Amino acid sequence: METYYNPKDLLKFGEIEEGAPELWKKFSEWYGAVFKAGALSEREKSLIALAVAHAVQCPYCIDAFTEASLEKGADLEQMTEAVHVASAIRGGASLVHGVQMKNVNSKLTM
Amino acid sequence: MEARHKSMKAFGEDLAQANEQLKIINQENSLPHFDDKYELVGEGPLRAIEIDTMQINLGKMCNQVCKHCHVDAGPDRKEIMTKDTLENCLDVLESHNIQTVDLTGGAPEMNPNFKWFVGEVKKLSKQVMVRSNLTILEANGYGDYYKFLADNNVEIVSSLPFYKKSFTDKQRGDGVFDASINAIKKLNELGYGKENPGLKLDLVYNPVGAFLPPSQSELEQDYKRELFNHFGIVFNNLYTITNMPISRFLDYLMQSGNYEKYMQKLVDSFNPVAAGNVMCRSIISVGWDGQLFDCDFNQMLELNMDHGAPTHIRGFDLNKIENRRIVTGQHCYGCTAGAGSSCGGATA
Repeated sequence: METYYNPKDLLKFGEIEEGAPELWKKFSEWYGAVFKAGALSEREKSLIALAVAHAVQCPYCIDAFTEASLEKGADLEQMTEAVHVASAIRGGASLVHGVQMKNVNSKLTM
Repeated sequence: MEARHKSMKAFGEDLAQANEQLKIINQENSLPHFDDKYELVGEGPLRAIEIDTMQINLGKMCNQVCKHCHVDAGPDRKEIMTKDTLENCLDVLESHNIQTVDLTGGAPEMNPNFKWFVGEVKKLSKQVMVRSNLTILEANGYGDYYKFLADNNVEIVSSLPFYKKSFTDKQRGDGVFDASINAIKKLNELGYGKENPGLKLDLVYNPVGAFLPPSQSELEQDYKRELFNHFGIVFNNLYTITNMPISRFLDYLMQSGNYEKYMQKLVDSFNPVAAGNVMCRSIISVGWDGQLFDCDFNQMLELNMDHGAPTHIRGFDLNKIENRRIVTGQHCYGCTAGAGSSCGGATA
């Protein structure tokens, strides 16, 4: 069955270069620098990336950063906690908008 | 994947046979041949240098049946090195300047001549290391091995694929983590694993699945911190080792649908620096029946030393062994990926 997402398409990511090679070059250099150890370790950055991948619901990123997190020494426990952090923020982000609902409710009702 | 209780050989599985594994590993596909890739090192074909280590496989019998085992070891395996062959090894060690004797298996302690052999090697003033699975030391009948190893200053290198129970038991079997921790506590009491060691205890990480190991130095810090904080235990060095695509790990890769992706990853991660330092260049590997190999992995694939080198310990000839051309195959990518992999951990 055809789907929009094919795992093998992840390997074609570099083909985005076509059409805007200079932009791709800049993106690649910046992307590589972002994930190097700095104030945060490579493992911490992989786990953040994994959490964000779930928040933006990118199957390619989930695939890549689950493997990357394992290869940086994380285990299922740590990766699951990272996903819960993303989920909590997504859930919390919805819930905190309830304040706006309450504001409107206060204005419109006696 | 369910836990194993017997070897693949016991079940008559195809992949228990070396030639069936080689058919898969060396099949024609889009991956470059290892020998061609090795050209990137810039030294010509892969060749041995000076030999500093004799690695001896004392037998395939083991009390554990780990899912990734490249030996397909287990309690049902009967291949054990005889005293005659051990004496052949001693003859070579006595007459050559090979400083380190690296004992592996299976569980090398299960060879009935283990203690005798260690004692004889120590008389030759060689360094002895044993690749112990730790749980054998906790098994019935082996309790006195702790003191024996300490008394003989035997270096211990032990697998502990993670500092937590979950990953460790998933790969090595239920109860292995707890038994391993108990064993390390007893070894620590005897003086193993302390700073400035007289008695050296090293641990080995290998990935619990189809991915490459993390940075050895960073993971060592995690292991030291977590194992000390949770269990009060210490050790000297952590070695990270890549899983080789042979035997039971190959079976896992095939069953889980990870084989092609894993091989591609190994090839893509080829590191010429790591490749220049592969351990087959400075060791000889002796099989349980005395046959000679370039490494323990070639031994399990039944790829004897070749290119004019002797194929049995009885025909040992250092002149034909040093500078010999190493027998290679696509499995060799397992030792050259990323930071590299050897029995002593990363090589780059």
